[in-house]
Amino acid sequence: MLANYGLIGLFSIVVVLFTLVMVITPIILRFLKIVPSNPNPIKNSIFECGMETIGKTWVQFNFHYYFYALIFLALDVLVVFLYPWAVHLRQLGLFSFFVVLILVFIVLIGYIYAWKKRVLEWK
Amino acid sequence: MGLAAAFWIMAVVAVIAALGVVFLRNVFRAALALVLCFITVAGLYITLSADFLAAVQILVYVGAISVLIILAIMMTREVQQGSPANRMKIPAFIVAAVLLGIMIYTVTQTPWQIAPESPLSPTTVPLATKLFSESGFILPVEIAATLILAAILGAIVIAREK
Repeated sequence: MLANYGLIGLFSIVVVLFTLVMVITPIILRFLKIVPSNPNPIKNSIFECGMETIGKTWVQFNFHYYFYALIFLALDVLVVFLYPWAVHLRQLGLFSFFVVLILVFIVLIGYIYAWKKRVLEWK
Repeated sequence: MGLAAAFWIMAVVAVIAALGVVFLRNVFRAALALVLCFITVAGLYITLSADFLAAVQILVYVGAISVLIILAIMMTREVQQGSPANRMKIPAFIVAAVLLGIMIYTVTQTPWQIAPESPLSPTTVPLATKLFSESGFILPVEIAATLILAAILGAIVIAREK
């Protein structure tokens, strides 16, 4: 059981090391004068990072986006209930299936309500 | 041995990330440090053989709460300026220090009881039988669904304000 998590731990260590190596290698190469340093505006410009922004990059977004985050949080809590059920699905049988069906239906009422109230539409 | 090492590494990273949340001036970077803190706490749960709790931590905290916080930051002005110091700095520090002292005192003074049985190795399957089998907690599960429904309806009401 714990050996699987050991693999995940090994994986995350490799991820962190890989990221650090990728960031530090150019710095070391520049420090050792292997990479020449002749900056000009075109070289310093953002490359394949989208359009350059006009005005400030950090703008205030519309308040209505927050609604989607709240809905996402509520449905994420539903997933917490579905996850142990899905792990043990075969052994639990038909009874638990109906339990989960009722569970999802109760949450679905909220979705239908939002749909009918036209909250999901973007104006 | 390896488990203890993993526990302490993640504990140290969690504390450093939590300090980063407090001390970083840029609010967005503070939010990213908070995500790192959540991930290491999930790792701590795994080393304490609470694997379902770790999965929930990743799902809800790393997945949803962080999105909620980052979206809230998207709606604030002056992200880079962050939270400037104000007059409540010293009173807040005193209250936080007293709270920390009380918590350390309680944790060290409580006679913690250690169960004679070893913890269940995968906790997810026993939890599923407890929640969804015929002798399980069916009604609390459905009540929890009603609570989620209430949360969704509340979000709709907030969104329809204007």
